[in-house]
Amino acid sequence: MAANGQIKIFTLKIDGKDVSARSDQTVLQVCRENEFFIPTLCHLEGLSNIGACRLCMVEVAGQRKLLPACTTMVSEAMEVTTTNDKLAHYRKMTLELIFSERNHTCSVCVSNNHCELQFLSQKLGINHIRVPYRFPKFAVDASHPYFILDHNRCILCTRCVRVCDEIEGAHVWDVSGRGIQAKVITELNQPWGSADTCTQCGKCVNVCPVGALSEKGRSVAENTKRSGFLPYLTARRKEKI
Amino acid sequence: MPAYPVKVQPPTEDKRWGLVMATMKRHGYQSNAMIETLHTVQESFGFLDDDSLRFVSKALNVPLSKVYGVATFYHFFTLKPQGKHTCVICMGTACYVKGAGELMETIAKKYNVHPGETTDDGNLSLVTARCIGACGLAPAGVFDGEVNGKLTVADTLTKLTKWE
Ligand code: SF4
Ligand code: SF4
Ligand code: FES
Ligand code: FES
Repeated sequence: MAANGQIKIFTLKIDGKDVSARSDQTVLQVCRENEFFIPTLCHLEGLSNIGACRLCMVEVAGQRKLLPACTTMVSEAMEVTTTNDKLAHYRKMTLELIFSERNHTCSVCVSNNHCELQFLSQKLGINHIRVPYRFPKFAVDASHPYFILDHNRCILCTRCVRVCDEIEGAHVWDVSGRGIQAKVITELNQPWGSADTCTQCGKCVNVCPVGALSEKGRSVAENTKRSGFLPYLTARRKEKI
Repeated sequence: MPAYPVKVQPPTEDKRWGLVMATMKRHGYQSNAMIETLHTVQESFGFLDDDSLRFVSKALNVPLSKVYGVATFYHFFTLKPQGKHTCVICMGTACYVKGAGELMETIAKKYNVHPGETTDDGNLSLVTARCIGACGLAPAGVFDGEVNGKLTVADTLTKLTKWE
């Protein structure tokens, strides 16, 4: 954004095509607006961007490193490449690593056919995982009256953490530990049902891209989600302030 | 809704809470004093238990899960009391290449303790570190504060047996 807070209009090239963008937009927003496909998992319109999943990597002319489209702001005369062999290679590898980290057996998952991870793997042509699965053994937390948390399917995108903090304002979730030990927790790493700060609003469940958070009573392939509420909720709340 | 800051009483009468309160006061009970405050708790009590995490969360108005996340992110903090003796094995790149993994596994197996935890009898804490700055001596470890390099499995076990 310009220093004086004024929004400028930039012209940039995406995959060779000229497009215009507002200076307060991210590369991802502009690509989506112009219907260039970029896979994302941790990004969700209406929440802050954290650049965690690395699926949205793009090439920017003049930059040696790949950049995450969700956290990169546009600039004048920027040249962005959204698809090539190198990017396809990295995106596939990233997805495979996400799969291998936990236990994603789609056929028995509540989110089968409604899962963003599954959808992206199909779209990016993943048919087998070249690294061994780690199969960590996590207990399932079914202590909440309405919802279930299954760490074995969690991809640590932290959408639940952000929606609960930024939109609901309860901040029930966070991530404990680091590296391979990282996992989402509620309050002091205690059963979700005992977390007094949870308002039981269900936002976290609805933004979870996979089968890690689900409503009770859903069986295999029944975990449909509604996350369309986010952009307008965010916008309306901003207007009120 | 109580307006913050509210006066929150420490969980016990223990005098050491005074130090913790002083740290919070110095930072005007701002939520960004959380790490400083946890430092003081760790240094005054030797570890962070649920009661102290709850207290810090409430006094600084920081969500519980955020406090817990920070307390488990930094190696400096421990959630359980330290054992009588502490054995740190460096798992930095140099040490790892020179066999720190095997050292760690042997100790973990022999004393039935996971890295980062303390034995049930409270005698030994097994700690991992990322590069303790003695790469030339890899694999390196710290035994009750004393740095030792070029460790073999045999050396390490001899040292630990003395603590039994
Ligand atoms: S149900 Fe609502 S308040 Fe409870 S953890 Fe989920 S988002 Fe937070
Ligand atoms: S529980 Fe779902 S929303 Fe939360 S981090 Fe895991 S995958 Fe993401
Ligand atoms: S969507 Fe950009 S890093 Fe996850
Ligand atoms: S890697 Fe162990 S001391 Fe540097």
